Amino acid sequence: MKDHTAVRMIKDKAFRVIVILLACFSMLPLLLILYYITRNGIAVINWEFLTQLPRPIGETGGGIFNAVIGTGMLIVLSSILSIPFGITAGIYLSEKSEGKIANIVRLCVVVLQGTPSIVIGIVAYIWVVAPFHSFSALSGGVALSIMMLPVIIKATEETLKLMPYHLKEASLALGVPYYKTILKVILPTGLSGILTGILLSVARITGETAPLLFTAFGNQFMNWNLFKPIDSLPYRIFYYAMSPYPEWHTFAWGASFILVVLVLAFNLIARGVAVKWKVQF
Amino acid sequence: MLEEKMISLRKELIEYATHVEGMIDKSIGGLVRKDSLTLTEVIEKDEPKANEAEIAIEELCTTMIAQYEPKAKDLRTILMVMKMNNDLERAGDHAVNIAECGLYVIERPELKPLLDIPRMAKEAVGMLKDSIEAFIKEDALLAAMVCERDNIVDNLGQQILRELITFMGADPATIKRSMRLLNIARNLERIGDLSTNISEDVIFMVEGRVIKHHREQEEG
Amino acid sequence: MESTVLKVEDFSAYFGDNQILKNINLDTSSNLVTALMGPSGCGKTTLIRCVNRMHELIPGTKVTGKMYLKNDDIYAMQPIVLRRKIGMVFQKPNPFPMMSIYDNVIAGYKLNGIRLKKDEFDNIVERSLKGSALWEEVKDSLYRKGTFLSGGQQQRLCIARALAMNPEILLLDEPTSALDPKSTSAIEELIVELKKTVTMLLVTHNIAQAARVSDFTAFIYLGELIEFGPTEKMFTVPKDKRTEEYLTGKFG
Repeated sequence: MKDHTAVRMIKDKAFRVIVILLACFSMLPLLLILYYITRNGIAVINWEFLTQLPRPIGETGGGIFNAVIGTGMLIVLSSILSIPFGITAGIYLSEKSEGKIANIVRLCVVVLQGTPSIVIGIVAYIWVVAPFHSFSALSGGVALSIMMLPVIIKATEETLKLMPYHLKEASLALGVPYYKTILKVILPTGLSGILTGILLSVARITGETAPLLFTAFGNQFMNWNLFKPIDSLPYRIFYYAMSPYPEWHTFAWGASFILVVLVLAFNLIARGVAVKWKVQF
Repeated sequence: MLEEKMISLRKELIEYATHVEGMIDKSIGGLVRKDSLTLTEVIEKDEPKANEAEIAIEELCTTMIAQYEPKAKDLRTILMVMKMNNDLERAGDHAVNIAECGLYVIERPELKPLLDIPRMAKEAVGMLKDSIEAFIKEDALLAAMVCERDNIVDNLGQQILRELITFMGADPATIKRSMRLLNIARNLERIGDLSTNISEDVIFMVEGRVIKHHREQEEG
Repeated sequence: MESTVLKVEDFSAYFGDNQILKNINLDTSSNLVTALMGPSGCGKTTLIRCVNRMHELIPGTKVTGKMYLKNDDIYAMQPIVLRRKIGMVFQKPNPFPMMSIYDNVIAGYKLNGIRLKKDEFDNIVERSLKGSALWEEVKDSLYRKGTFLSGGQQQRLCIARALAMNPEILLLDEPTSALDPKSTSAIEELIVELKKTVTMLLVTHNIAQAARVSDFTAFIYLGELIEFGPTEKMFTVPKDKRTEEYLTGKFG
């Protein structure tokens, strides 16, 4: 009897150690990425890098200002396009747990989430680039917004489903019409969850490259026109990394560093919002 | 909710007690002053009023128990109020009895000047008043003292009995009047007993102690 | 002056094919508390929800018969208009978590887009919070969110929110079931106090609560109104044998 217990305790401890080790190992890739990017990229970061436009081939120096601005514009554009549809669809799905339309919408969301980003890029090409005969920021925004949709819809639906029924009851019993109850009571209460969904989807599309290849395309110069091609961080990284110039390689590292910092920031803010603004029931 | 009703209940009981005390005073007073009007009033007006009050208090106690599920002191109070209610009703009946006997006696020649009966009445009514006072003040000590005084009333009753037996032995014509006077004394003695009951109830209400039937002496 | 605030006439309610309420007839008089009591599933909650038509939120419900709120046919009115005249307090306290205490009290006005001057709102807030015996405890933190309030305080906030609309009748659906005994007795005392200004209909599964607090009691069993009368009489001398059995704990 005694031996059995000893063996069991050893097994128990061993299991625990293995689990902890494996968990730590799974963090390793992320830590390595952060380490390499920081080590290689941080040297390049300076004021000039962040505020200057890229120089033509042959010249040294320059920066990624247009890429940073471009990414910013794409985020804003895709958010404007996706948030209204996403939240509304999320509201619809949370209200209708059954029904033909609701089930079809849910299926589409699942499929959309699994669609390769490059395919979405091609679709945006057909919708926007071809008719306008030009690559454009708009088409990039469209592509990215399609990618944001499933995340926003799911987050909204899940958040609103968690809203307790008695909250609706309280509002309806005061004589408030149903639609107002949703807009003025349920949505504001679920804001933290919805905002988290939006921030997470933004974090996701910030680094998407493939769809931008056919849509926003990239631009050496600063561009504020939505109907013309626009640069972006992922694209700039791709362009610089594929080039034969060592200086541009370092720039690619620098841009990667900025990109990683941005994505990390969005994720952390999303986490903060989820924790701090969450309404407890 | 319950508190307000308790205040109401106490007030009603005190009013009832005061009414009954008045009935006893009036019947003894009417006897002494040979006032048949007062005695008739006790029988015809005061008694119905007393009966109504008794029923009202009983109903109030019943609904209070049903509605509020009183505990501890509140429960004891309500239960004791019901008992006191009964005792007061009986005291009222005794007052009516005294008045009826009084009506017979005052129409006939006096056997002797009434001294002992008024004295006994004063003592008995005093016991009743003090037991109610003990209830109002929730004074268990005062209530205990009332119980002690029962002997005085009983002794006075014995005295009156001896005296009346002497009268009846000496002259059979006085028997009817003597019997009525004896009755009056008996009623007064019962009023003293009822006051003792009320005092015992007050002690239970205030302290939760049962002293009736000499229980404490047995346990001690 | 006593008058009938709510009149229920031959009222029946159905969920699909199930008949939940069978021909209920009762009247609620003003400035009194009428309690609906009965075992679980007897239909008392359904009945109270039919008064402000909250049962219509569940699909497949149907009603027959009539209900009148001070001579107005409840089922001929717009539900939204009706509900603004009726206050409801639920079993689980449900103040709006994103609003301050101040905003919670006037939520009925704000959410319905009814605009008043700031001092009018201030008066309403003070009056309602005083009416629900919460004013002293929150008057210095009116603009904080109500999440720090205890269960009993939250329920009083919900009562204040209902009172703010000056309802013609206040519906209380098991308002103390989710509260601890101390908060429960605070709410019960509040109900007894509120009688002076508000007419109330109270659903409770706690027989003792109905006995303590109400002036009239309706005993409902399996959807039928078995007995209805003054509370004093019903708890001492019930007329129907089933009422007697329920009160003495033989069933339910």
